[in-house]
Amino acid sequence: MKNRWIALYVENQVGVLAKVSGLFSGKSYNLQSLTVGTTEDETVSRMTICVTSDDITFEQIKKQLNRMVEVIKVIDLTDVPIHMKEILFAKVLQISAAEKLEVFQIAQVFHVEVADIGNDSVLLECKLTERRNNELIALLKSKFRRVEVVRGGSVAIESISTSCR
Amino acid sequence: MDITGRKLFVKALQEEGVDTVFGYPGGTVTDLFDELYKQEGIEVVLPRHEQGLIHEAEGYARSTGKVGVCLVTSGPGATNIITGLADAHYDSIPLVCFTGQVPLSLIGNDAFQEVDIVGMTRSVTKYGVTVRRREDLGRIIKMAFYIAATGKPGPVLIDIPKDIQTAPGPAEYPSNVQIRGYKPNESVHIGQLKKAYKLLRSAQKPLILAGGGINIAGANDKLAAFVEKTQVPVVTTIMGKGAIPTSHPLYVGNSGMHGKYAANMAVSRCDVLFSIGTRFNDRITGDLNEFAPRAKIVHIDVDTASISRNVVVDVPVVSDANLALDKLLEWAETKDTEAWQKEIAAWDRENPLEMRRDGGMTPQMIFEQINKTFSEAIYVTDVGQHQMWATQYLELDSWHRLITSGGLGTMGFGLPAAIGAKIGNPDKEVVCITGDGGLQMNIQEMATAVTQGAPVIICLLNNYYLGMVRQMQQLFYGKRYEATCLRRRKSCPPNCKGPNPACPPYSPDFIALAESYGAHGIRVENQEDIRSALEQARTYKDAPTSIELMISTDELVLPMVKSGNPMSEMILK
Repeated sequence: MKNRWIALYVENQVGVLAKVSGLFSGKSYNLQSLTVGTTEDETVSRMTICVTSDDITFEQIKKQLNRMVEVIKVIDLTDVPIHMKEILFAKVLQISAAEKLEVFQIAQVFHVEVADIGNDSVLLECKLTERRNNELIALLKSKFRRVEVVRGGSVAIESISTSCR
Repeated sequence: MDITGRKLFVKALQEEGVDTVFGYPGGTVTDLFDELYKQEGIEVVLPRHEQGLIHEAEGYARSTGKVGVCLVTSGPGATNIITGLADAHYDSIPLVCFTGQVPLSLIGNDAFQEVDIVGMTRSVTKYGVTVRRREDLGRIIKMAFYIAATGKPGPVLIDIPKDIQTAPGPAEYPSNVQIRGYKPNESVHIGQLKKAYKLLRSAQKPLILAGGGINIAGANDKLAAFVEKTQVPVVTTIMGKGAIPTSHPLYVGNSGMHGKYAANMAVSRCDVLFSIGTRFNDRITGDLNEFAPRAKIVHIDVDTASISRNVVVDVPVVSDANLALDKLLEWAETKDTEAWQKEIAAWDRENPLEMRRDGGMTPQMIFEQINKTFSEAIYVTDVGQHQMWATQYLELDSWHRLITSGGLGTMGFGLPAAIGAKIGNPDKEVVCITGDGGLQMNIQEMATAVTQGAPVIICLLNNYYLGMVRQMQQLFYGKRYEATCLRRRKSCPPNCKGPNPACPPYSPDFIALAESYGAHGIRVENQEDIRSALEQARTYKDAPTSIELMISTDELVLPMVKSGNPMSEMILK
């Protein structure tokens, strides 16, 4: 069992997202994250999907996706060089002035932006890998009383020249 | 010049060569029915229930090779066809089902008879869509017929809001369609197929497993030719029964849960299992770890997703059965399989399919008489014990076909599917083999058979019970016959162990019921009368005949493999 990544080109139509997500629930596939947005061609949407599965199940998932009429192309990103990032907003609340400084330090180390600030709170805007985002959330939760998190799920695209992941 | 959606709907059906629409009207499809009223050439069949309707379309499609067309209203009309959609999806039956929908502006308002039918049926259709713009209607219908009939066939659902039906729009019906996400496989990978054939050639104990894909592709003659050339024995699945004639010397029998002993032994002992058009359903494989344990497995199937899903195969080949067999026939060479054939024959002698002649009206005697009576017939079954007996004992050659609900196992399928088959093949005899449970699930379709002048011959094997479940209760649940006796009344003792002289009468009286519909009814209680009843039924050309064959409650379907057990562990007695 390991995490695997798929880029999926689908028709930009009503019900396609439901059909794709329904496949995962209906066949008990373990869906970790799914993001979707239109591409340069507005009739086409691209999904980035993360699943946890064994090899045989993953092959089956790709085949099942491929046979859907609305699916145009299935790309397995698991073992190819890609750029992959996830957007994350983390709001740290009920903090003192000293704690604020600590948040700033964390932001600096993690290379994330301070997007907004209030009397006793700071908003961080992060564009990191999913793993790095996990680490940041864990750190914030361990240090501060209240952290509010919203995350967008990973998007990925094949690399041009680097072997970046 | 623009035309209304309803006009384009009828034009599309005409262009697709549709001659029969199975339709049940209602509020959101009255416009479409009105348009059908104004034309000639397309017959509208009115059933008595939408579930019957879609099974009729399935029987029609399976028996004619054409796409079955359904037209039902929104809401309950649409939800009533869901079982049939799932059935057609499992058994790869091409259907195009039109459902009415409330006007676009009302969708989402919980309007009268509004349901999200596309959402509800997403996992049991090959494709489904709501028409949201009048200008898309022609393209969508074209797509639907193309998708339903090509590749691995299946049901397509088109949901048409009422205002789309009356809105003006383009009059053109496209002559072809390009779908970028749908490219049915139209070739075969020669390299893979060669590898498969080499494996077969090298085998000492080769076995062909033929599935429903052979029957769907109509590759029966090619398979027979390949088998004759290579001398490789054949076993079939339930859906593959008839892939080659059952009388063929190289045909062993059905494999699987209720398969023949020799067929299951052959699968368990073969060294190459060459399978075509099957998805290795659990009823075929039993315990996966023990399935064909000594064999290298070749899997030829048109559906990529069927390959290496249940059984991991050694040589996968994505191809239509016809294409693959065309190539295989070019290469085929004669093999010496005599020793292997003898081994299989010995298993068959050890445990033949029992032909019991001592027990009065046994199922075997019934099927023997059916086999003797009909030289050219389409057999349709319902689901249950009678279905398994049919797949064990029916003799099928190129003049006989078997239509059965294999994947979903839908009780209530038999009678309507037989009616649909008869409507599609008015010159052929259609024999519906059914049980007392399944027949009652769509008994109202007797009226459809009568009004359509579809004289199907119904062989009703009545044992007073839901026999297949009773069999499980008898063998695995200490004879606790909960909810399987169809005669049981409130006054019956709580722990009844089976029929006895104090049992209440059966309800309904099937003979009187048939007659009340305007059909014929014959009750047969002695085996000597089976043949004459069948012959009598054949003479009735005006209306269907229900032959009620009274069989013993204790009749079991044997051999049997308990669900999940290895196929070599058969219960034989």
